[in-house]
Amino acid sequence: MMYEIRDLRLSFPDLAHKPLLGAAPRVEVLKGISFDLPKGTVLGIVGGSGSGKSTLGRAMLRLLKPDAGSIRFDGTDITHMDEDALRGMRRRFQMIFQDPMSSLNPRRRVGGLIAGPMRLHRMDNVDARVKEALDMVGLPQSFAARYPHELSGGQRQRVGIARAIALRPDFILADEIVSGLDVSSQAQVLNFLGELVRDLGLTLAFISHDLSVIRRLCTRVLVLHQGEIVEEADTAQLFDAPRADYTRELLSAIPLPDPHQRWV
Amino acid sequence: MRDARAEVKRPIGLRLWLSGGWIALLALAAIFAPLIAPHDPLAQDLFLGRMPPFWMDGAEPGYWLGTDSLGRDVLSRIIHGAQIAMIVALVAGTITCVIGASLGLMAGYYRGWADRVISRLVDIWMAFPPVLFAILLIAVLGPGLMSIIIAIIVIDWTRFARVIRAEALTQGAMDYVASAQVAGRTRFSTMLAEILPNVLPTVVALLTLEMGIAVIVEAILSFVNLSISTDSPTWGGMIAEGRTSVHQAWWVLVFPLVALFLTVLSFSQLGEGLKDRFDPVLR
Repeated sequence: MMYEIRDLRLSFPDLAHKPLLGAAPRVEVLKGISFDLPKGTVLGIVGGSGSGKSTLGRAMLRLLKPDAGSIRFDGTDITHMDEDALRGMRRRFQMIFQDPMSSLNPRRRVGGLIAGPMRLHRMDNVDARVKEALDMVGLPQSFAARYPHELSGGQRQRVGIARAIALRPDFILADEIVSGLDVSSQAQVLNFLGELVRDLGLTLAFISHDLSVIRRLCTRVLVLHQGEIVEEADTAQLFDAPRADYTRELLSAIPLPDPHQRWV
Repeated sequence: MRDARAEVKRPIGLRLWLSGGWIALLALAAIFAPLIAPHDPLAQDLFLGRMPPFWMDGAEPGYWLGTDSLGRDVLSRIIHGAQIAMIVALVAGTITCVIGASLGLMAGYYRGWADRVISRLVDIWMAFPPVLFAILLIAVLGPGLMSIIIAIIVIDWTRFARVIRAEALTQGAMDYVASAQVAGRTRFSTMLAEILPNVLPTVVALLTLEMGIAVIVEAILSFVNLSISTDSPTWGGMIAEGRTSVHQAWWVLVFPLVALFLTVLSFSQLGEGLKDRFDPVLR
């Protein structure tokens, strides 16, 4: 198992309702999440905004500290591991962020952005690995000398993906990585991400609010609603016979091509 | 592919040329003051008092910008005054910047109790009237170059702390900070390697502004006679002396004032110009 998650709970302080004296009340974002993620799975995590999907993802990478429950990564309990102990493991679980404009430091060149994490983990042949990573995401090697603002949205997101895969992680979390892209870049990014996952034997968790994107890529789907898992199923099964009402609601929100449309 | 971007070369703007040129000129004048200055800035000659500048009737050859009421050469005094102005600008400006920007960076990046302590300190500090604060400080420390530098640092570090804290707060919320954590960078190293380069353009702009302000503060303190000893040629001191005889000898007041004005303006323009020229994100 890549991940074994048991009864995971996480809350944030609600500063808007903080009394003048005393602690702020807490808002529960994750209310007891349990699931297993076998190695090699491409898991889709879907849900509306505020459903806790990004919080779940960030807790899995231990960017957030859970209140209760446990997270085991490849057999190791990382629930309460401190940052110093985690640092050695961090290479093995990576993340691709939603907005590459924010997640790529604007003052570093593409080459430096990809090489930086590898240098931190003292990997060898960094230059060769940067070139390889750029090749894998389909960017010309000359892009290594560019700044992120000189790239298009799709190219920037490829840099984010290259940075994550260059570390040769076991697990990648992709948090809404195509929601900022236009439809054709979305399709491109999804296609080669699918190929990469297959070629590198990665385990991927793909967070999205869009079921049609999940359907293209994922083998298994987790539907989240208000901090709880309402349905967990294989992709085909979920689309053929959704069990939860909330899943049906999400499915009905996918726009389908209409053969009778008038305006063509 | 946007290869055309590489072809676009930004010319070094007129602003950068003019401001940089004036500062460079002033720096050279300060370094080589004893060699350049046509006269001893302290030499008095009461027979040559209040001589007008060279283009006016009755000018004394060799005294290009005229003389003051004690017959001291105005040009030589301005050149020697540049020494003190430059030292104050560089030393006080840089130290103020380092102290204020470090505290601001820590407050904005670490937040929590570090932010609470530093921010409250800044709030309290800023409630003191700055010029009065400086005068009080020098009254306690005694006049002298060191006292002026210390006074400027003590008054102005809050400006840096405030602005850089706000900037670091904004940068700290960016995903590249989370991304550095994912990559396994330590908190401290993230602050130096990821946040600092992004607040550096603001720091540089503030630093040059601060250098201009340091020159002004030094002039104000000289004006109220709290700077270096009265004899030493400082621009503020010259302005103070020129004020008393402005109707008979306006040049004693006007020339140091022009030098002061150009210097402060050049420092602030230099900062903006450098930011435009060397910031890869703006380019």
